[in-house]
Amino acid sequence: MPQVTLTVNGKQHTVEVEGRTLLVELLREKLRLTGTHVGCDPSQCGACVVHVNGDSVKSCTTLAVMCEGAQVTTIEGLAAPDGTLHPMQEAFREYHALQCGFCTPGMVMSAVDLVRKNPQGLSEKEIREGLEGNLCRCTGYHNIVKAIAAAQEVMHGRRASLAAAAE
Amino acid sequence: MNVVTPFEGIGARVKRKEDLRFLSGRGQYTDDINRPGQTYAFILRSPHAHARIAGIDTSRAAAMPGVVGVFTSADLAGIGGLPCGWQIHNKDGTPMAEPKHPVLAEGKVRHVGDPVAVVVAETRAQARDAAEAITVDYEVLPAVASMAAALAPGAPLVHEGVPGNICYDWHIGDAAAVEAAFARAAHRVTFETTNNRLVPNAMEPRCAVGEYDAATGEHTLYTTSQNPHVIRLLMGAFVLNIPEAKLRVVAPDVGGGFGSKIYHYAEEAIVTWAAARLGRPVKWTADRTEAFMSDAHGRDHVTRAELALDAEGRFLALKVSTRANMGAYLSTFAPCVPTYLYATLLAGVYTTPAIYAEVKAVFTNTVPVDAYRGAGRPEATFLLERLVDVAARQCGFDRVELRRKNFIRPEQFPYQTPVALQYDSGNYHATLDQALAAADWAGFEARRAEAKARGRLRGIGPSTYIEACGIAPSAVVGSLGARAGLYEVGTIRVHPTGSVTVLTGAHSHGQGHETTFAQLVADKLGVPIAKVEVVHGDTAKVPFGMGTYGSRSLAVGGSAMDRAMDKIIAKGKKIAAHLMEASVEDIEFERGIFRVAGTDKAKSLAEISLAAYVPHNYPIEELEPGLEETAFYDPKNFTYPGGCHVAEVEIEPETGRVHLVNFTAVDDVGRVINPMIVEGQVQGGVAQGVGQALLEGCVYDEEGQLLSGSMLDYAMPRADDLAPVSVATHTTLCTHNPLGVKGCGEVGAIGAPPAVINAVVDALRDWGVTHIEMPATPQKIWSIIQGRTR
Repeated sequence: MPQVTLTVNGKQHTVEVEGRTLLVELLREKLRLTGTHVGCDPSQCGACVVHVNGDSVKSCTTLAVMCEGAQVTTIEGLAAPDGTLHPMQEAFREYHALQCGFCTPGMVMSAVDLVRKNPQGLSEKEIREGLEGNLCRCTGYHNIVKAIAAAQEVMHGRRASLAAAAE
Repeated sequence: MNVVTPFEGIGARVKRKEDLRFLSGRGQYTDDINRPGQTYAFILRSPHAHARIAGIDTSRAAAMPGVVGVFTSADLAGIGGLPCGWQIHNKDGTPMAEPKHPVLAEGKVRHVGDPVAVVVAETRAQARDAAEAITVDYEVLPAVASMAAALAPGAPLVHEGVPGNICYDWHIGDAAAVEAAFARAAHRVTFETTNNRLVPNAMEPRCAVGEYDAATGEHTLYTTSQNPHVIRLLMGAFVLNIPEAKLRVVAPDVGGGFGSKIYHYAEEAIVTWAAARLGRPVKWTADRTEAFMSDAHGRDHVTRAELALDAEGRFLALKVSTRANMGAYLSTFAPCVPTYLYATLLAGVYTTPAIYAEVKAVFTNTVPVDAYRGAGRPEATFLLERLVDVAARQCGFDRVELRRKNFIRPEQFPYQTPVALQYDSGNYHATLDQALAAADWAGFEARRAEAKARGRLRGIGPSTYIEACGIAPSAVVGSLGARAGLYEVGTIRVHPTGSVTVLTGAHSHGQGHETTFAQLVADKLGVPIAKVEVVHGDTAKVPFGMGTYGSRSLAVGGSAMDRAMDKIIAKGKKIAAHLMEASVEDIEFERGIFRVAGTDKAKSLAEISLAAYVPHNYPIEELEPGLEETAFYDPKNFTYPGGCHVAEVEIEPETGRVHLVNFTAVDDVGRVINPMIVEGQVQGGVAQGVGQALLEGCVYDEEGQLLSGSMLDYAMPRADDLAPVSVATHTTLCTHNPLGVKGCGEVGAIGAPPAVINAVVDALRDWGVTHIEMPATPQKIWSIIQGRTR
């Protein structure tokens, strides 16, 4: 059985996988990192989005063997080691951008990547277009869009805090 | 001493307690649960809509690597069918047809996705591989994939014992009064519509894990359910014959439900049974395609309605004939949706004095249809609110004034409708006026002209809706055919040092109960919400419960908690009277403090609870120690949220694409506990309503193949399909529950669809368009624009 060695949330793992094993299966079933979810088959809903070498990817459409040597960050690894939430996580809470929580990990990971790659700042329309790959059935996206708009101000250092971003 | 600062009680915009675990990946959904020695089930499903099973050969599959068991219906001898929770009666008083709904197909399959066999293996992949090695000898039969096909003379029968494929033929109202009113009407307006079939698509696919402890004989089922106690009752008593005391059902974090996770599904029984048979835990997780063909669908009505009006536009009578698709089998709640959750709402917010409705429920070779967010009320609201717009146009009335003229006036409450319900409170004029102002209705024509200059067609549409929720008074629903009570149960456990555990039979799958219910405790008992834990979803922890659906959690479940807190306060007063040497009548309680009236003597709730658990100085002769109370609350009536939604759209004539540009909701949901959560519930409901109106439609071909069987084929609303939703509330209190609350979970999905379609039709008014069926896809609109000239 092939082996893959990868770093997940700063910790290196060597895992035996089948050729057909998906990254999300490796994360959920081998490493028991169950924060990454599967909501479709495949690539439609974005609940499985993680970062691989700094890019958001759908882990349900990524073979585990493709991740040899990769740096993977999941929702469990997004907060600071002391537990301080990432500004995007904090913004989702502040703006009530989650209800059932199932799409939330993928939504947050997609949003972080979207904001990081657009330091110029995103309009509401651009945020909505940027979320094209993530489905949420609970919120109607209204508060998700608001949360991302506020978080980008903090992530890019234009505001010191979410409270300041709300002003 | 417990002091609530800042204010966290009723009305506070408190951030949710549950968010931290969801945001950090620490939610615990059913598929996140893994038990020692766990195996995986894969369910082989029918690829045909209708076929006889001549034989099943599982021998090759049984020999495949990792396989620990392969089962068909032959292995399930003695196991009951999945029960239906409602019995509707025909016009002639006879009961509805109620054919067996087997756990695994018995001799015949009746829809694509009908479960045929189960493979259990060491891994998910091995189970799936082995299922491919099962040979099923199908003799394909002609299928009825639509109600029209099922009702055609000589149509194939879905169930041999159900002639004409008719489940029931039911009616309500006064047909003679309606005919008399039509005879003297100045205007008669006819409207026909299909309420499109929808797939609920909660983001978490269904999942079930069964486990059996041979030492104790106890079965445990972890399942994606909105009502674990109901599943325990139905599965234990009717399917697997397991006494409640030996069956624990746990519904942990659940990733959305919208109705689809109310019902008792075959997979729950399969994993529970197989775990005991194999002596190992068994997990089944749906993939999305499987969800499309096995989760109960929603809506799917075909209706013809006629409205009679007098010369001034007053509604005189309404006549409705509806056919409702049940699918291939009766799901748990299915029969009540097009009857008591639909036809009883046909008065809407209007004083129509005479109403008659008949509903024919039809079996087809499709997935069972049951309650989906709103359940019956969206269908009634769409029919009425489109009919009013159609009538206004046909008869030459202003559509807003026509509504106002026919509204039930505030002083007419309580208002008895001609279709059984008695509305307790509401103010439809106020919600209409507030919504029109918020949406700048008066300024619309200028926006239409501005859009026209840009080459866009702009339209605006209102919807003034009511719904009945807070389900439900047990005796009333019992007389209508419900086979269960619909009360709720709440336990308040005040711990020795004053923290509180709330046990509720309601279940949260996104609604934020852990926060809202904690706010009730903060408000009434003065305990900070950080010291209140809300426990739900486990039959081993919570005494009993009927679960969450029909916007009932706060109105019924919250009221049960309120009653339990009354009992806590009453007992606390007796303890306080003893400790402070006063009479019970002189003890006052407010926000966590018991006081002797007119003195400075006071004891905190924590001091009282400590005395109750350490009863050294305690009225032990008269009172039991401890401070824990349970209440069962049975509502006196339904609750009646209502309001006004206004949609504004722009259409690209080149493509037919509809852009939602503004959406305004003004809802009367009764007293608001947490405005942030209420706004979120309305926004989410509106998104599903807009999805129904513009995007979503479940499609079968004539052979019964599910064409819209994935998220590639079924258009779920995405962020760029929607617009910001402006939400406001206008409150009239529910008069019959102690909290004055009505419910907010379904109003968006109920009010939004006709507002959107009214706006789309308004945008196309110059093309002579009088109606567009949902979903109003670009193809439909483009065809209209291409096919007609102004």
